[in-house]
Amino acid sequence: MSAQTMPAHSTMANKVIEVEILRYRPEQDDNPFPQLFEVPYNPDMSILEALQYIKDHLDSTVSFRWSCRMAICGSCGLMVNNIPKLGCKAFLRDYYPQKVKLEALANFPIERDLVVDMGDFIKKLEEIKPYIIPATDDKCLSEGTYKQTPEQMEKYKQFSMCINCGLCYSACPQYGLDKKFTGPAALALLARYNRDSRDAGSAERMKIVNQEEGVWSCTFVGYCSVVCPKGVDPAAAIQLLKVESSKDYLIGMFKPD
Amino acid sequence: MSKRKPYQREMNNDWWLKNAFYSKYMIREGSSILITLYSLILAWGVFRLSQGEEAFNAWLSALQHPISIIFHLLVLLIALYHTITWFSLAPKAVDLYIKGKPLDAKFIVAGHYISFIIVTIFCLVVIML
Repeated sequence: MSAQTMPAHSTMANKVIEVEILRYRPEQDDNPFPQLFEVPYNPDMSILEALQYIKDHLDSTVSFRWSCRMAICGSCGLMVNNIPKLGCKAFLRDYYPQKVKLEALANFPIERDLVVDMGDFIKKLEEIKPYIIPATDDKCLSEGTYKQTPEQMEKYKQFSMCINCGLCYSACPQYGLDKKFTGPAALALLARYNRDSRDAGSAERMKIVNQEEGVWSCTFVGYCSVVCPKGVDPAAAIQLLKVESSKDYLIGMFKPD
Repeated sequence: MSKRKPYQREMNNDWWLKNAFYSKYMIREGSSILITLYSLILAWGVFRLSQGEEAFNAWLSALQHPISIIFHLLVLLIALYHTITWFSLAPKAVDLYIKGKPLDAKFIVAGHYISFIIVTIFCLVVIML
């Protein structure tokens, strides 16, 4: 390498950002502990890319989940300075020259380093019957598809954009305090099916909604909608379900069935 | 053999102090305590009214104590905070569509403020007359 090119390279290399990761290795540690890394700073570098740099060049034992790098797989959720973010959608330039503190998603058990156990979240997604329940199951395939107008689709489309990253569960203090709460993403998904014109399963799902662990554990903190990387607005879904649940209750008083 | 040992982090009682968003939420919800106290004082006034003019006047003069005035100003401030934060959240609980498009949030918020002003003026007129 020629001597002339050196200054440009060295000024780039001089810029370093400190990344602190809360480590937890189940086979060795009883408690998580912070570990500091120095990563070459680049304004277009994402938190996920910083993690990949650490794994490739500094410590290959650091564990984290990732896949698509473009905010669609929902794998790389983590706490960045105590705020739930997608690693691929958060950038070093928004923190530099301050230190970045990374931790596994709050409210979930830490499996290892930045990897959490999402079992409870997945179980809740499955519990709310996340599939279309048609009015009759004797409609023949030859009769064609269930038609829907753009207006009918508009009613639920926003709530169907969820990528199951779990950031909203990390942002929800009610879920943190009581793991029985069905939670933001699962209730938004429930609203998505109840609001679908092709679905006739509302009565079945309202049993889940009406429970204490359903919408009524929500106290409208609203942070779930702030952290959602896809603009799903689970807080809105839950408030709309509260209205439905109240209607359900009132109708039930006069017309018990 | 599995080496799994998931680590559950504890949530401390000061969780709402570590994030400004949570702190604002707790102030919004905590406002209910002061508003309850205000309602109890008001209810006490109605009870004193039922006991006759003298009792009611004693209640009225107790309200003029500096501590009472400071308390009522504090309640007014916190009730306004609750109102503003609540109105800003209102669009999330509204499910109105016009020509297939959801109604813009700012119209819902504005509607709340307009009703708030109308009701306030109406109450003031009723009290003054």
